[in-house]
Amino acid sequence: MTSGVDLSRPQAQTVGSDEDVVRVRQLVRTVAVAVKLSLVDQTKVVTAASELARNTLVYGGGGTVEVAAVDNGRRPGISIVFADSGPGIADLELALTDGYTTGGGLGLGLSGARRLVDEFDIQTAPGQGTRITITKWSR
Amino acid sequence: MALSADESGRLAGLLTSHVDQVTQRWTEVVAGQLRGRLSQAELRHQVQELHRALVDALGKGLTDLAAEEGTELRAVLAEVSRGQARQGFSAAETATGVFALKDALLSVMEADQSAGTLRDYVAFGTLVDQMGLFTFESYVRTRESLIADQAEQLLELSTPVVKLWEGVVAVPLVGTLDSARAQVVMERLLQTLVDTGSPYAIIDITGVPAVDTQVAQHILKTVVAARLMGADCIISGIRPQIAQTIVALGIEFGDIATKASLADALRHVLRLTGVETGRRQSRREA
Amino acid sequence: MERVPILKIGDILLVSIQVDMSDQTAVALQEDLAERIVATGCHGVIIDITALDIVDSFVGRMLSTIASISRVLDAETVVVGMRPAVAITLVELGLSLNGIRTALNVERGMELIAADREREYDEFDDSSDAEPTASP
Repeated sequence: MTSGVDLSRPQAQTVGSDEDVVRVRQLVRTVAVAVKLSLVDQTKVVTAASELARNTLVYGGGGTVEVAAVDNGRRPGISIVFADSGPGIADLELALTDGYTTGGGLGLGLSGARRLVDEFDIQTAPGQGTRITITKWSR
Repeated sequence: MALSADESGRLAGLLTSHVDQVTQRWTEVVAGQLRGRLSQAELRHQVQELHRALVDALGKGLTDLAAEEGTELRAVLAEVSRGQARQGFSAAETATGVFALKDALLSVMEADQSAGTLRDYVAFGTLVDQMGLFTFESYVRTRESLIADQAEQLLELSTPVVKLWEGVVAVPLVGTLDSARAQVVMERLLQTLVDTGSPYAIIDITGVPAVDTQVAQHILKTVVAARLMGADCIISGIRPQIAQTIVALGIEFGDIATKASLADALRHVLRLTGVETGRRQSRREA
Repeated sequence: MERVPILKIGDILLVSIQVDMSDQTAVALQEDLAERIVATGCHGVIIDITALDIVDSFVGRMLSTIASISRVLDAETVVVGMRPAVAITLVELGLSLNGIRTALNVERGMELIAADREREYDEFDDSSDAEPTASP
């Protein structure tokens, strides 16, 4: 288990298999609990992380996830970066539309994950990989 | 301009040698401001406490309130402003309790020219200003935490979930629903469904004066979430103006059951459960 | 890879998911269940997700698929025990779990399936009663 995780620095997890997606979920949950997110907010951020980590694996061909405890001076929070060096996303607006999918899923991964967090930033270009940063603040 | 170590020493000397005059004048100024809301004895005790902490800190060579020598003084200041914030004193009154020290110092230095120069007075003033600002900050922090506590208590008070019948719970919503409160209501209602194993919930909005898009969305989401969990929600007590707003905003209530009153909603549920206990059971899909 | 156990209780298959499933485990469960429905001839499937602290779109899709497959195999699927936080998150995610029947707990899920079977038999009785009067 990942209990007793060191919050002072970001925790990294490589994503190369199904089991790694499970590990990402567990890591995110541990940090979300440590920064005192409410139960519903923990559930939301872990779900968002699960969607995005699966995207990293399926569409990005694997990559890394970095989970960090953050503080904006008023509230603590959790920030997660998903990075891959896969094919990137050509039409970002389309990819963020509900129901759009290229991988046979429900097409809710990107758009759904964005609704579950407070901040969502995506940097991508064809052939340049994808880097998504999400943040959820404690209330 | 900050206090030099030299000036710090002189201020300590001045406060010690003229202790009676200083505390006397200090107490007078504060008493005039508070007009009897704090007893003389309490006030005197508070001023003496501050005086003692200040002299102690200066004795250790305090030149800046934020420095380590100021730890105890800061604690005393925080304690005083916390007390005043809780007793309902204004921020200005609380800060004046510290700024009055300037008055006291001025009268002492005027009476005894050898006690210090104008330059000393300005330097002392800087420290008193720091103390005043610190008091103000502690005051605001205390008030903020008071407000947060009260808001939380209000949420607890205003969102009861009651059991109406075997398998039927109800939330009578009263007052304005904002996003935060709607969220609390939603979570509490859903948790009660699990805890009591109730497949029916009635959300009564008779006491809600207005519904905007956001609140309507929250209610709709609650209903959908309850369905995902295997329970049905009925909304009752929709007032005419609210019905008009809902239609005007174009909010789709879809196939969600709405009833005029809580009584109608309960009758509706009992009829459903009555059918359920009979031969032919039917339940909607999630 | 871990496999989720499937229990047979009377005419019902009970699946209680107790682990944080990897996607492979979820797919395997889907396959195992289809086989067990056919092998046992059960008419009801209860999937208990009380222990799941999240349901993402993959697991949501698996639940939908299981429901559809079992319907084809003449078995009714009921998902029970979804936590409030999970339900709220699913609504926000935009996943409606169309076609899946839900109940608060295993007991209610069993009642739901039993009631369904009863209704089906009733309809059968009704139609056989009605036939003689209709034919002449």
